[in-house]
Amino acid sequence: MTAIKRRRGMTLLAGGLAAGMLLAACGGSDDSASDTTAEETAAEDTAAEDTGGDEATDGGDMAAGCEAYADYMGNEGTSVNVFTSILPPEQQLFEEAWAQFEECTGIDIVYEGSDQFEAQLPTRIAGGNAPDIAFIPQPGLLAKLVADGGPVPASAGATAFVDEYWNPAWKQYGTVDGTFYAAPLGSNMKSFVWYNPQTFAANGYTVPTTWDELWALSDQMVADGIKPWCGGLESGGATGWPATDWLEQVMLRLYGGDVYDQWVNHEITFQSPEVEAAMDVIAGWMKNPEYVNGGYGDVQTIAITPFQDAGAGIAAGTECGMLQQASFYANFWQNFDESAVVGPEGTAYAFYLPEISSDIPQPVVGGGEFVTAFSDRPEVQAVQSYLASPDFHTNKAALGNWVSANSGVPLDTYAAGSIDQLSAEFLTNPDGIFRFDASDLMPAAVGAGAMWTEMTAWFAEDKPTSEVLADIDAAWPAS
Amino acid sequence: MEELLLGLEKLWSGFLGIAAFGVLIVVLFFLGSRFRGRFSHPAALLIFLGPAVVLLIMGLIVPAVRTISASFQNSSGKEPVGWANYQWIFDSQSDVIVNSLLWIVITPIASTALGLTLALLLDRMRRESVAKSLIFMPMAISFVGASIIWSLIYEYRAPDKPQVGLLSQIVMWFGVADPPKWLLWQPFNNYLLMVIMVWIQVGFAMVVLSAAIKAIPGDVVEAAELDGATGWKLFSKVTIPMIRATLIVVVTTIMFAVLKIFDIVRVMTNGNFGTQIVPNEMYAQAFVQFDIGRGSALAVVLFVAVIPLIVFNVYQLRKDRATR
Repeated sequence: MTAIKRRRGMTLLAGGLAAGMLLAACGGSDDSASDTTAEETAAEDTAAEDTGGDEATDGGDMAAGCEAYADYMGNEGTSVNVFTSILPPEQQLFEEAWAQFEECTGIDIVYEGSDQFEAQLPTRIAGGNAPDIAFIPQPGLLAKLVADGGPVPASAGATAFVDEYWNPAWKQYGTVDGTFYAAPLGSNMKSFVWYNPQTFAANGYTVPTTWDELWALSDQMVADGIKPWCGGLESGGATGWPATDWLEQVMLRLYGGDVYDQWVNHEITFQSPEVEAAMDVIAGWMKNPEYVNGGYGDVQTIAITPFQDAGAGIAAGTECGMLQQASFYANFWQNFDESAVVGPEGTAYAFYLPEISSDIPQPVVGGGEFVTAFSDRPEVQAVQSYLASPDFHTNKAALGNWVSANSGVPLDTYAAGSIDQLSAEFLTNPDGIFRFDASDLMPAAVGAGAMWTEMTAWFAEDKPTSEVLADIDAAWPAS
Repeated sequence: MEELLLGLEKLWSGFLGIAAFGVLIVVLFFLGSRFRGRFSHPAALLIFLGPAVVLLIMGLIVPAVRTISASFQNSSGKEPVGWANYQWIFDSQSDVIVNSLLWIVITPIASTALGLTLALLLDRMRRESVAKSLIFMPMAISFVGASIIWSLIYEYRAPDKPQVGLLSQIVMWFGVADPPKWLLWQPFNNYLLMVIMVWIQVGFAMVVLSAAIKAIPGDVVEAAELDGATGWKLFSKVTIPMIRATLIVVVTTIMFAVLKIFDIVRVMTNGNFGTQIVPNEMYAQAFVQFDIGRGSALAVVLFVAVIPLIVFNVYQLRKDRATR
């Protein structure tokens, strides 16, 4: 009896050892993974603190060249943590742009980028671990955060800069329930039409400056045997978004900012005559079998063409004439042709999608990030103000591949003839009508759901317009 | 150099963590082994089962309960909405359910049938292992990778343009002047997507079934042959009954894989063009449109759909054990 018991005890011990080793082996990868992140952050922190200390002593001397930062002084040795969705290599450009600010003021800006930004930010706020500042890419998310509590109203400095240097529409997008929270940071411009300047020159085409000229040119291309337009909606989990951009462009051009805002807020429905008329315009444009889909086939192929590939026919020369896409499409041309040159004389460039009526001057649809503070400590306020200043925006724009809608940034800061310069020219026009990408403002069930899938079905299956619009309306959340 | 040192440091701290965990476990089990008399059995139960039960509760029970309760709440998970989310599924997502059912029925059966055919054809063939390795290879490709490969095969170009997609070019060689836009070709696009899954799973089915066939005792086959069974009769009366248990395992394994699959649909069509299935819709609702209620309801539907399969699987395996 005792022998058996002892044996059981030994088995238990032996089993325990084996299980322990097995568990340890399984746990290994997890352990080291979490350690990695923890240590990296720790390492970054120490590195940052080291430089922070140095700067603090420098700041005390008020070194030459620091006069511009007089407003932000008095915060030596402090640190401000910035949380964003912008990852390296863009991170380095931000750090470079504010390096002098850090050196002069002694405020250490600790940058933290995450590709899970939108999921992590609410969790961090709920957990009492909010960042000092976050760059929020969607006004909708800002409104949601404000509703849940967390963001603090914008600093006086940031408010003053926005009032002075931005088109008033931008301030609205940083405002929730009448309180201004966040100043814009970078911007992108979506109202562009891409074309091949060399093909245009060879065929004697001129860049259209009015809505009528645009269609005259399209018809001319058809007569010359060139498909004037190409497009692609495929974009993985976000398939369909380019078509929502087309609808936004036409809505803003046909009716102006007020109706556009009503549409965004569902005060006019998708089934209203206004939206139906806008859909008809697109039906005569991107669903016109004479006009599309250059390089790929008929109208239906728009739904299965990846948006990144849509411009291939333009790069090839005469397969396709024009593509309505945002400013960031500049980065794609070298995928088609390594020697592609983006510029007014190059193989790819963009012109402004013309206004439809002179009553609605220079409508621009775009997007951008908003610098939101979660603390009113003086150093956080100083950084928030500085990030709205023309000084910072000029520094950042000079480093390239970035556009600001801050009109205090001289246009010659951007590389001459670059798409960034052209974007800034339109984004900073005080008389233009700027509106944010509507699908980013609408509830996700519509803006990241029904609007994408229904517009895709409109192209892919030729689903009747009335059904498309009814189904988008049906997806609008009840409350 | 600095990075290397940092790496070593990480390795070391990772090792320390593992060692500490190991020591803890050993101490725990040692203490357990000291129990004597009437405490020895409960102590052993606690020590062996305790961690598993805790992990099971944390990782399975709690999330399942939370998902079920979230499925009766609105998009932000704050207000109860009764059966509205389920109502929505059966009102407007019935085609999604139908597509999912097609996937669950067709893909495992097609993979298994094809795998069985290949296993029989390749059995005792010269260089069997080479052919088998080639067929098994897609199994090593991720679903996303396989989808990218197949999206090149299904790529469409206007017939007067140079063709990029393999399938279009092949059918054009056979004289089809205007091949369909494969991914838009309803309802056949669903089957074209299933082909990808079959392509991946057939190697698995073949290898497992081939092993089962080889394990059939030679004397059984010989006895059947002496009794005059040949060809189809030998196959249907001897081979199939002998590998029945394996067949069931293969079919249900692939079925579970299909129930979870959303990578293929997500990469190829993202559920557009009438190809949506439940797992992809669930992901889109919960993590793209942030409608936790609807996403959870879809997860529950998926969960309920798995239950009969598990019951069937367990029942068959028990039955099989009883006959042996």
